[in-house]
Amino acid sequence: MSEASLKGRKVILHDMSLRDGMHAKKEQISIDEMVAIAQGLDHAGVPYVQVTHGAGVGGNSIQHGFAPHSNKDYISAVAAAVEKIKISVLLIPGLGTMKELEEAYEAGARSVHVATHCTEADTSPQHIAFAKNLGMDTSGFLMMAHLASPEKIAEQGKMMEDFGADTVYVTDSAGYMLPADVKAHISALRAVLKPETEIGFHGHHNLGMGVANSVTAIECGASRIDASAAGMGAGAGNTPTEVLAAVLDRMGAETGIDLFKLMDVAEDVVLPVMGQPVRVDRDSLTLGYAGVYSTFLFHAKRAAERFGVPARDVLVELGRKKMIGGQEDMIFDTAMTMAKERGLLKEAHELETA
Amino acid sequence: MAKIRCAIIGSGNIGTDLIYKIQRSPVLEAVWMVGIDPESEGLKRAADMGLKTTHEGVDGMLPFIEEDNIQIAFDATSAYVHAENSRKVNEKGVLMIDLTPAAIGPLCVPPVNLAKQAENAEMNVNMISCAGQATIPIVNAVAQVQGVEYAEIIASLSSKSIGAGTRANLDEFTFTTSNAIEKVGGAKKGKALCIINPADPPMIMRNTIYCLTEGEPDKKAITASILKMIGEVQKYVPGYKLVNGPDFEGNKVAVFMEVAGLGDYLPTYAGNLDIMTAAATRTAEMFADEMLAGTFQPKAKEIA
Repeated sequence: MSEASLKGRKVILHDMSLRDGMHAKKEQISIDEMVAIAQGLDHAGVPYVQVTHGAGVGGNSIQHGFAPHSNKDYISAVAAAVEKIKISVLLIPGLGTMKELEEAYEAGARSVHVATHCTEADTSPQHIAFAKNLGMDTSGFLMMAHLASPEKIAEQGKMMEDFGADTVYVTDSAGYMLPADVKAHISALRAVLKPETEIGFHGHHNLGMGVANSVTAIECGASRIDASAAGMGAGAGNTPTEVLAAVLDRMGAETGIDLFKLMDVAEDVVLPVMGQPVRVDRDSLTLGYAGVYSTFLFHAKRAAERFGVPARDVLVELGRKKMIGGQEDMIFDTAMTMAKERGLLKEAHELETA
Repeated sequence: MAKIRCAIIGSGNIGTDLIYKIQRSPVLEAVWMVGIDPESEGLKRAADMGLKTTHEGVDGMLPFIEEDNIQIAFDATSAYVHAENSRKVNEKGVLMIDLTPAAIGPLCVPPVNLAKQAENAEMNVNMISCAGQATIPIVNAVAQVQGVEYAEIIASLSSKSIGAGTRANLDEFTFTTSNAIEKVGGAKKGKALCIINPADPPMIMRNTIYCLTEGEPDKKAITASILKMIGEVQKYVPGYKLVNGPDFEGNKVAVFMEVAGLGDYLPTYAGNLDIMTAAATRTAEMFADEMLAGTFQPKAKEIA
């Protein structure tokens, strides 16, 4: 029945495997691997690929991990190797700066997601304006969107449109949203934004809802969808690009993608890079269930190992404390506090006098 | 006892909180509050608290500087207008304490380098940023023990405590703080990250400090140095507290701090406001002590 129900709808798929996928690889992807994946996506007709450290420009840090190469080096190498695909970057104000965005532009990036927490859009005006001045395709990216009401999302999205964003994204960073939530958020945005402003959706697969949520978003007016080849992304990964492309093809939407070529890239090029499988498991499911930022997964596992508190307990506590993307330091802090409460760790002054 | 008379420029969160801090000081007196919006809550509150006010910017106060004997001004506006504000009051012989990220004067973190500012008879001293005031003492405590190759700080601030000016100019905040981690903290390279968290009830200000030491960290000496430094900051910000750490992993030192405010203008979660206004007040007090003792007299800058 739903066959061909999106007939003629043009949808832009934006591949995240070389940015969100960096999280899944603990920021360790080589330049050769990046180039091979980007070329494969390019040949399959994917229109956009995001290339940066998982936390975006400025992301190299103790907080977010160090990649083996600078963002500039990754972007330059990919830009030199591809033909049609456009390169985008992520910029989170407070972490990345306009200076670093300009470096990315000079290296070949032509599109940017300017990301803020879903209620803090007013930290992005200078960055959105700067990107527009450079002539970049500019999206405002409202992260952890499940933590805001549809009205709040509409208000914040409108703000980003006023700053100059071409597209406003609903970003389900925790993979927590269900199709009804997506419908409410996207519809609220569509009602307030100018007709020429596009709407995007960025999903995570922690509850296995990536594809279903993306389809719902398109049905409600979204025309840009972030997805990741073979699902390589934080947590249980992003919406798998090849699966979504197949579903959209069945529904009659136009993505301009050669489905079989894309399947081959996912299977033959991305999967071998992925190493350990990105899947819904006990911990990534906890992210989606408790509404926790997907990137927290590996940090929580590491803190769990170090201080002897189960990762799931730490993740649930982080969800309760409403910690948001960028507060990775609070994972260790929370694990340490829980370890003290459980008699597994001593206070500093006790150590000093010991 | 005589007090040094002060003006506050900027009627936002920081400027308004400063009134309370100055009123508590034995050597400072808040006399003027300068704003640009007649409807601003800060100006109304200042008037209620007995300050003279103007909504016509610094120019609205300049004609009264001599007759009101203003000797110290605090600027809590924005980096973009600070230089002009500073020039105008310096010309009248008024010392400027800068709470914007403009950083045209020397950077000051009281327990690290306050004494030096007075020795040099500076006419403009910059307070960096709330994140800088909350983290640089710790970086410096580590750097006093051994070389710090790289220091990175993460400030988590509650959304309700961040005013419009800071929100619209996050890059300036980042650059000024990163630079001060090196110049004042003593790290070879510094990086500052800032996160604005909207949780309700609001989260208390948190700061994480990571230092990569040159060679294996001397755990005992570093722990002692950090605890001593925390005591120094607590003298003017009682809510400055160690939550976790120092944690040592290889050559990485991690320290997790919390800053609770006194709850003057905003509730106690806004420790970021307090650490900035308290540091600025402490800085002004030290200059005021010298002025009252006759050992430092600010001089009007020649108009070029």
